[in-house]
Amino acid sequence: MTPRLSVSDLAKAYDGLQVLDGLDLEVGKGEFVSLLGPSGAGKSTLFRLLTGGRPDRGTIRLDGAPIAEQTAPFAFMPQRDALMDWRTIIGNASLGLEIAGVPRHEARARVAPLFAEFGLSGFQHHYPAQLSGGMRQRAALLRTIVMDRPMLLLDEPFGALDALTRAGMQRWLAAMWQRHRWTALLITHDVREAILLSDRIYLLSPRPARVVAEIHVPLPRPRSQADLATPEALRIEARLLDTLLDPSQGQIP
Amino acid sequence: MVNPMLERLWRIAPALSAITILLLLWESYVALSGIAPTTLPAPSRIWAQGVLNWPSLAQNTWPTVQATVLGFMLSLCVAFVLSVVIDFSPALRRALLPVLVISQTLPLIAIAPLVILWFGFGLAPKILLVAFVTFFPMLVAWLKGYEATEPDLEWLLGTMGAGRAAIFRQARLPSALPYFFAGLRISTTYAVVAAIFAEYAGAARGLGIYILSAKNNFRPDLVLAAVGVSAVLTLCLFGLAILAERIAMPWARFREPRR
Ligand SMILES: Nc1ncnc2c1ncn2[C@@H]1O[C@H](COP(=O)(O)OP(=O)(O)O)[C@@H](O)[C@H]1O
Ligand SMILES: [Mg+2]
Repeated sequence: MTPRLSVSDLAKAYDGLQVLDGLDLEVGKGEFVSLLGPSGAGKSTLFRLLTGGRPDRGTIRLDGAPIAEQTAPFAFMPQRDALMDWRTIIGNASLGLEIAGVPRHEARARVAPLFAEFGLSGFQHHYPAQLSGGMRQRAALLRTIVMDRPMLLLDEPFGALDALTRAGMQRWLAAMWQRHRWTALLITHDVREAILLSDRIYLLSPRPARVVAEIHVPLPRPRSQADLATPEALRIEARLLDTLLDPSQGQIP
Repeated sequence: MVNPMLERLWRIAPALSAITILLLLWESYVALSGIAPTTLPAPSRIWAQGVLNWPSLAQNTWPTVQATVLGFMLSLCVAFVLSVVIDFSPALRRALLPVLVISQTLPLIAIAPLVILWFGFGLAPKILLVAFVTFFPMLVAWLKGYEATEPDLEWLLGTMGAGRAAIFRQARLPSALPYFFAGLRISTTYAVVAAIFAEYAGAARGLGIYILSAKNNFRPDLVLAAVGVSAVLTLCLFGLAILAERIAMPWARFREPRR
């Protein structure tokens, strides 16, 4: 079966700084894949290339066809929530539909029924500044989901949250994924987050980013934070940490 | 809940007290020193003479208000249009921005008589001069504001399929609003003074003319009464700017209060 996303030999340099150098990865349909790597490795750069940036080398295919021939393949959630201060939550959530040409009231009518599932009931007409960090992230995720694209790109969605809120959000996202089975590529530098959410994890080297290990997470779903304490999960966590701290160990020959 | 009216009053109380104390000091200095009112009139005298001469003062206030308001509206349009042009075209930015900066180094004292020479003693040259003095802070504020747009937001809009114009309208323009309103406040404080200065350089009527003739008649009390009127005009304009800001940015109320 052709994978949904297939990236091969991707390379990119910024003013002589080699950020990506021969990156290969695949994401299957309905699969949740995480990219785990040190900060500054070039993870966001990969998303840049997926969303229209020009690589120096390499190919990106979606369902087997080169990305340039695809229309609107990705729903993207940037590193900070990038909510518009000047739009209400429902206005933010329906932004993607409005940009796609859906009339404003129709876009809002389509988004409104989803507020309950995203824990945002009653906050439709609040401004982002009135919401807590966790709610803002859920609003940003709602904005991403409603675009109804073949694949989600999530760039450290919970990176800016405090530990407790982050754990709550991870659990919530795990439950949401269980129901919707989005095809998703998640960037994170949180090892446990990657284990909790992913079917598969790619470990990246420091810049220039290359895949140093690919790890399957065979833990049964639905998962919760408690499952992270099982021997299987602890073994994966130890392996991920070892490789992150000493990339030579995980080097694929 | 505290009464919002009371709270607002409480917030401007320090400013009101400071002004009152200044006026009292001034009043008592004039009374105690016996200084001639033709040199330094007391506030009470300025007020009394201002009221007494109100008809002619009011008659000269109206042209100034006209020049200020029309000049300022022109200035708002010019600043916005220039900012959009400059934001969309790097070539025009490089061409225009230095010229505009140089324009602001020209001494008004030389410009004003020339503009009057070219456009006559009517309203037009005053409008142009007010616009000339006030457009620049707003233009700079717009440009600074566009640049303050969060790069991730533009990236996001791009992935949604937004083009350059949509990104401008959806992200750059609203991101620049707080900057624009800061520039607007600065500009309002120049507007009335610019109109008066333009009248000073040549006009049939106006506060500038009133001040000029009061000075020539050795009436500092009437000069200061006219200055008082111009201060009130500026405060009104400033208040309007704040009101416009509140209306245009309803979300700003919810930002973290910074103290
Ligand atoms: N547009 C750019 N111009 C120059 N350097 C860039 C640009 N984007 C990213 N970089 C550099 O590339 C490196 C990787 O960045 P990024 O992909 O954002 O890392 P991360 O893995 O933390 O997301 C960083 O050193 C960054 O400074
Ligand atoms: Mg990043």
